[in-house]
Amino acid sequence: MSQVTKSKKSDLNTAFTDNFSQFVQELSANAPLSNVRQKAIEHFASVGLPSGKAEEYKYTPIARALEKHFTERDTLPANDPLSSEAESGVRQFLLNTDANHLVFVNGRYHEELSVIVSPEDELRVCPLGEAYKQYAQVIDRYFSSEATIESDPFVALNTAYAQGGVFVHTPKSKTVKHPVICYFISDTASQSIMAHPRNLFVVEENAHVKFAEIFHTIGEGASYNNAVTEIIIDRYAHVHYYKYENESTQAYHTGTTQVKQQDNSHFHAVNISLQGAMIRNNLNIALDAEHCESHMYGLYMLDGNTHVDNHTVVDHQKPNAFSNELYKGIINDKARGVFNGKIYVRQDAQKTNAFQSNANILLSDDASVDTKPQLEIWADDVKCSHGATTGQIDQEQLFYLRTRGLTKIQARAVLLKAFAGDVIQHIGIDALREKIEAQISERLEQ
Amino acid sequence: MRMLKINNLKAKIEDKAILNGINLEVKAGEVHAIMGPNGSGKSTLASVLAGREEFEVTDGSIEYLGSDLLEKDPDERAREGIFLAFQYPVEIPGVSTTNFLKTALNQIRQHKGQDPLDAVSFLKMMKEKMKLVEIDQSLLSRSLNEGFSGGEKKRNEIFQMAMLEPKLAILDETDSGLDIDALRIVAGGVNKLKTKDNATIVVTHYQRLLDYIVPDYVHVLYNGRIVKSGNKDLALELEEKGYDWIKETADSATA
Repeated sequence: MSQVTKSKKSDLNTAFTDNFSQFVQELSANAPLSNVRQKAIEHFASVGLPSGKAEEYKYTPIARALEKHFTERDTLPANDPLSSEAESGVRQFLLNTDANHLVFVNGRYHEELSVIVSPEDELRVCPLGEAYKQYAQVIDRYFSSEATIESDPFVALNTAYAQGGVFVHTPKSKTVKHPVICYFISDTASQSIMAHPRNLFVVEENAHVKFAEIFHTIGEGASYNNAVTEIIIDRYAHVHYYKYENESTQAYHTGTTQVKQQDNSHFHAVNISLQGAMIRNNLNIALDAEHCESHMYGLYMLDGNTHVDNHTVVDHQKPNAFSNELYKGIINDKARGVFNGKIYVRQDAQKTNAFQSNANILLSDDASVDTKPQLEIWADDVKCSHGATTGQIDQEQLFYLRTRGLTKIQARAVLLKAFAGDVIQHIGIDALREKIEAQISERLEQ
Repeated sequence: MRMLKINNLKAKIEDKAILNGINLEVKAGEVHAIMGPNGSGKSTLASVLAGREEFEVTDGSIEYLGSDLLEKDPDERAREGIFLAFQYPVEIPGVSTTNFLKTALNQIRQHKGQDPLDAVSFLKMMKEKMKLVEIDQSLLSRSLNEGFSGGEKKRNEIFQMAMLEPKLAILDETDSGLDIDALRIVAGGVNKLKTKDNATIVVTHYQRLLDYIVPDYVHVLYNGRIVKSGNKDLALELEEKGYDWIKETADSATA
């Protein structure tokens, strides 16, 4: 008979709830948000982390994974100062480009590593902790207004424990010359890390701005980032938003990006996931006015045991809006991809154009993907389409390139780069795009 | 100089035997035409020479420049100077000709012990070779063969051949789908690339192409064997009489 050993499971639900008061005590000068936090933890206490049966987390048993890899004590934020090795480790992640660079390590803002170059009349940018003091009114108005605590247990948890993250406010008609790049680094060299970054981007009428959120890890320990970003886009504004995840194989991530668009606004999102233990990205866009335009691109290029789950929701509430979504997966080894894309077209939203496509290439017998496009349409005069494909690398194309002298590895790299290129080309910060391209090339040319 | 020696080559796909004992010798400077009715094994022969893996060689040998060709992967064959112009060139979204050709060319140059070409020399060489097949640069920056006309696809194949300067070029039904003007351009390109050091195998169903690319030898393939060989007059005879008389002769010989 085989012996069964029960692995130790932490009770994180209780730990998060019990540790909350200690966490709030240690936070200072956060009076404006204490009510919101309190409500959030109460809600979290009532729902808990999603169980294996929860429909939205069916393919991604993140709660179970967290209970296995983290202890109750990990639920309190780390307070250790940054070691000099960690500091140089962080510096290597910074992109060499003129931009506002905001660096967070283990949920704390590091001013000495950060650079803010945009003038204040063009862009107000500061870590959320500072912003409470200066922009209480704007924050009170928008914080937790779109990413509501009832929408998802992880959003509730983030709202209670939000620490580290950026507040960005772009005034009316300003074109922000330098992008805002936020780095969320987990330094796990000496301990397991949990962090709850919270970003709030408020873009006023007719303003133009680009954001990036970058997630990396230092060290071999376990890390968990539970991020929430709210993006409020006023009329005629243009926002580009890039999320890039390339972490250690012990890094867990849940993230919700909640977007609200007003009339004639444009939103472009590109989400690139290259490595982690288990990553769940929610991208939810509410098109609450006419003539909005949204573009969503995603690439998950996975190997080893990495698990990446992308859930997107586009909610067409008003007429004459356009949305287009293209998510692509390249999955190797025992890695797993999940794609769930929902498009809602409400009864009011006549003349909606909504398109969605998900394409996957599986490179090994053990790689897998679960893809579920969902379209729900209540209006009767719309153009909508969705589709999903999963296949292998095209042998004809591979043979063709090899008859020209390319090695099997080169030919495969050419084909997969072209496949990924449809997504990557939409990254409008050159240094970020080039870095991701280099990362992908390196992986393909191994 | 002997370039290629095919000896009693037999090949099958799944359980179907397609080549049933091919013997063929090609020397440098020669042009050989392989003709034959549909299903006779012409394209299979071209594919086996290029190294397509779906075909299993069950017997015989192919010696290319003194070594065993069947031992080599498709890309090794390409680096050693074999080029296949595809009957149906493959569409590759997101990959342009210029995009992969520089890697291809530099692989081949490296194999020959030459330095890789830099971007400027590569572009200069491209411009020269583009003239040969009257191809436009914009076509070379587009996704390979996607939305190309039949003529554009075939011209692009010959353009790549011009760039890679193979020793042995195999043109698989390069005339199919071409109108007479395109045919003249493509054939003209092939002729300009001909030297005393390289050889060409032209696979075709019709004699028409051979008005432009004049073969030294014509071989007729039927049921996976070469049943008749001759000079260019054989092609004219086939054009006039069709393939039936070849089939009848071959069938009665084996009966």
